[in-house]
Amino acid sequence: MNSSVIVFPGSNCDRDIAVALEKLNFQNKMVWHKDTSLPKSDLIVIPGGFSYGDYLRSGAIAGKSNILNEVIKVANNGCLILGICNGFQILTETGLLKGVLLKNKNLKFLGKDVHVKVVNTENKFCNKYKKNQILKLNIAHNEGNYFTNKEHLKELEDKNLIPFKYCGENGDINEENNPNGSMNNIAGIFNDKKNILGLMPHPERMVDQVLSNNDGINLFTSLLN
Amino acid sequence: MKITNSVVEKHGLKPEEYSKIKELIGREPNLLELGVFSAMWNEHCSYKSSRIHLKNLPTEGKNVIQGPGENAGVIDIGDNDAIIFKIESHNHPSYIEPYQGAATGVGGILRDVFTMGARPIALLNSIHFGSPNHPKTKSLLNGVVSGIGGYGNCIGIPTVAGETKFNSTYNENILVNAMAVGHANKDKIFYSKAKGINKSVVYVGSKTGRDGIHGASMASAEFDENTEDKKPTVQVGDPFTEKLLMEACLELMKGSSIISIQDMGAAGLTSSSVEMASKGDLGMELDLDKVPCREENMTPYEIMLSESQERMLIILEDGKEKEAKKIFEKWDIDFVVIGKTTNTNNLTLKFEDKIVGEISVDALATKAPVYDRKWVKTKLPEKKTQIKDLKKIKLQDALLKILSSPNQSCKSWVTDQFDQMVMTDTVQRSGSDAAIIRIHKKEKAIAVTVDSSANYCKAHPHTGGKQIVCENWRNLISVGAKPIAITNCLNFGNPENSKIMGEFAECLLGIKEACEFLDYPVVSGNVSLYNGTNKKNIYPTPVIGGVGLITNINNRVNQYLKKDDNIILQIGKNFGQLYQSIFLEEVYSITDGPPPEINLSNEKNNGLIVLSLINNKLVSSVHDISSGGLLVALAEMTYKSGHGLRINKPKNLSNLMEYYFSEDQGRYLIEIEPKNLSVISKILNENNIYNEAIGTVQKDYFEILGEFKITTNDLYKINNTWYNNY
Repeated sequence: MNSSVIVFPGSNCDRDIAVALEKLNFQNKMVWHKDTSLPKSDLIVIPGGFSYGDYLRSGAIAGKSNILNEVIKVANNGCLILGICNGFQILTETGLLKGVLLKNKNLKFLGKDVHVKVVNTENKFCNKYKKNQILKLNIAHNEGNYFTNKEHLKELEDKNLIPFKYCGENGDINEENNPNGSMNNIAGIFNDKKNILGLMPHPERMVDQVLSNNDGINLFTSLLN
Repeated sequence: MKITNSVVEKHGLKPEEYSKIKELIGREPNLLELGVFSAMWNEHCSYKSSRIHLKNLPTEGKNVIQGPGENAGVIDIGDNDAIIFKIESHNHPSYIEPYQGAATGVGGILRDVFTMGARPIALLNSIHFGSPNHPKTKSLLNGVVSGIGGYGNCIGIPTVAGETKFNSTYNENILVNAMAVGHANKDKIFYSKAKGINKSVVYVGSKTGRDGIHGASMASAEFDENTEDKKPTVQVGDPFTEKLLMEACLELMKGSSIISIQDMGAAGLTSSSVEMASKGDLGMELDLDKVPCREENMTPYEIMLSESQERMLIILEDGKEKEAKKIFEKWDIDFVVIGKTTNTNNLTLKFEDKIVGEISVDALATKAPVYDRKWVKTKLPEKKTQIKDLKKIKLQDALLKILSSPNQSCKSWVTDQFDQMVMTDTVQRSGSDAAIIRIHKKEKAIAVTVDSSANYCKAHPHTGGKQIVCENWRNLISVGAKPIAITNCLNFGNPENSKIMGEFAECLLGIKEACEFLDYPVVSGNVSLYNGTNKKNIYPTPVIGGVGLITNINNRVNQYLKKDDNIILQIGKNFGQLYQSIFLEEVYSITDGPPPEINLSNEKNNGLIVLSLINNKLVSSVHDISSGGLLVALAEMTYKSGHGLRINKPKNLSNLMEYYFSEDQGRYLIEIEPKNLSVISKILNENNIYNEAIGTVQKDYFEILGEFKITTNDLYKINNTWYNNY
């Protein structure tokens, strides 16, 4: 499978995701933000970081960049798109995903391991996970507090467009186990066609037992299925 | 402008120093020249009070590639891999403006490391605040922690270890020390020494603004009631630009364009140009009209003294300008040739086609004043408190009081604000004795830690100096690393006070003795003096940052218990020394008496044996016994491990408190499988290492037989409440 990782000048998880993709047998290419065309890709990843410094709203400038215009075109044609952390923020700025990511409820940066439940597995990104499987993933963000309007929230739930929700060690999805104040404990969402996934936790950080665990691997191997 | 006595004084120069300037250049300096002298001759840049003591430190060793004197120290870890690291203070700016002060502290130390060709792979910090009850502490803590995180998280370097401490001695003068560690190829290390005449001097990075003018001079004076007025001398950080600058520099370094490179840190363009010229025994001519400026009508004085962040000075090989410029344009970073090297040995400053300043480089650098300041010894304090007369307290109550105190509480409120995982090589995050960072795509790793013991250093600087080196060494051993070298950040009060100067001299003596004995050289460091306000000096607070090597990542250990029924073996003997302990301070508010004695020979023997046990895969977990003593160390092994402990009370015991809370040095706790007990005991006994099986691992409960029993969950909760309620 061919993957491309978009590199903004302030991206800082670009190398991490490339290492993970290569480890899991993707043919990966890095794409510089000033480029005006994309290599042929089955998967495009927008990695974590601080795209253009994010002194304005996170992802706001990146959402208007040249290369994102190309990403929007192929996304609308069904190409698989994965936005992690800042990548999720950028996807909401482009409108490819609806809703916004607000500042964390405690108004502080949060860098820690959290538990996440896979609540929907019938999609290209999660088919290797078991339904309701509990993962331990790492988060690192200032703005991960997902917010959207009531109608869209209902649509997300009704159409199974929420693959990941923050939960406790035992799987309890409640306020206590919601690290950033996200609506309905949302950790990640799909677009309608489920070819675009945005999530705040970093699956690429959990593909190596030496560092922590392997809970992120299946997100990538699902795509190879 | 006429240079009057008051102008000289405002530049932080003493009358006799001004006389020396006139003597060296044979005339009166103009204001620009005076400013340049003040930037070079202040304590922060010239090390004028500390230099004669620093030169006694051991700085060489078989793994040392570059010791002090460069942007950072460099050590060899084999296979053409080098580790480049340094610690630096940003105390004064952080007290005035905590977020930006701390953030730019991180930015500055990162530049020191990537200037030399290293990609930074880890950040550490040692931060000291005043009493939690002091009205400023809470906002300073908030600002500093978010500033450190704000910079490191954005640039994408993991912040993996550190210490956060509170003591009223820092009420009016907090300490913010940041350490950066980078990895380079041994054959691609860059230095600051200029070489060759008529070579292009290139300015890269952010534009110059009026921020930070005289920052280094500010950092070389005590605070007073007008401290708040100094806000304009604090720089503002831009981690995004630093990221671009870092990537551009590292990309340029892949080629062969660079002769030398130096970051513009304290005293900005002045110190970077003078240091490069001085090391190369050359002159330098700078055309200040060409310096990219952020603000209008900046004067030569302002341009030379600005401490705007994220800037570098590079001397390029002939004909490489175009190639280099292309790289910086890719990253949208300014790249301007602003001058050239000369054979004059002068720093020549041109502005609007006129020479506006010309000073001998030697006068600025090598001929800067050096002082052998008067200093007095600190006597070993008497043991005033009679331990046996203290009001009795239950063992469990004492433990819980210590574990819930600000200084011993779990620091996750702090560390959760840092990205510890970015770069995906963090094998051991903060919370254990040292953090472990894997060398990218290799089987080996480095361990890193920072330590300080201000109470010990205050009580007896010579012993305290030795102790921090030992503790730092022990922390690296405890994760399975062979300690290689240290960097130090020497935070002290006013050196013009002979008692304070004595604290400095004696701490350094202690550091020297321990480093020599443990074969643990000092490769870089920073001195921060004048920490205090209105004649009230802080406790002597040297901070040691250590780096160790783990050749096989599979041989690492941490402090967390692994398996029920495993045996806990204590290595190193209890002597029951309670003075200067956390126990006496937290439970009785008693701070008299001497610190624990240091026996370097025991320290070394015990440590090396523990390391060999780890390397032979004979231990399941290891934790050193340090502040808080045995009982606190035992409790810390249970956190997040899912296991508890059942500890036997010793048979011949004179005083329970002395046994469980003394802070005798050179001790470790190791967890071993029962089947390995006999072989391990044999090894230890043959080497005359004191060892004793003191208990076993069990489920769910932390228990001292005959004393108390508490669930490990409760223990963990008690340790995790203070920050959340503050």
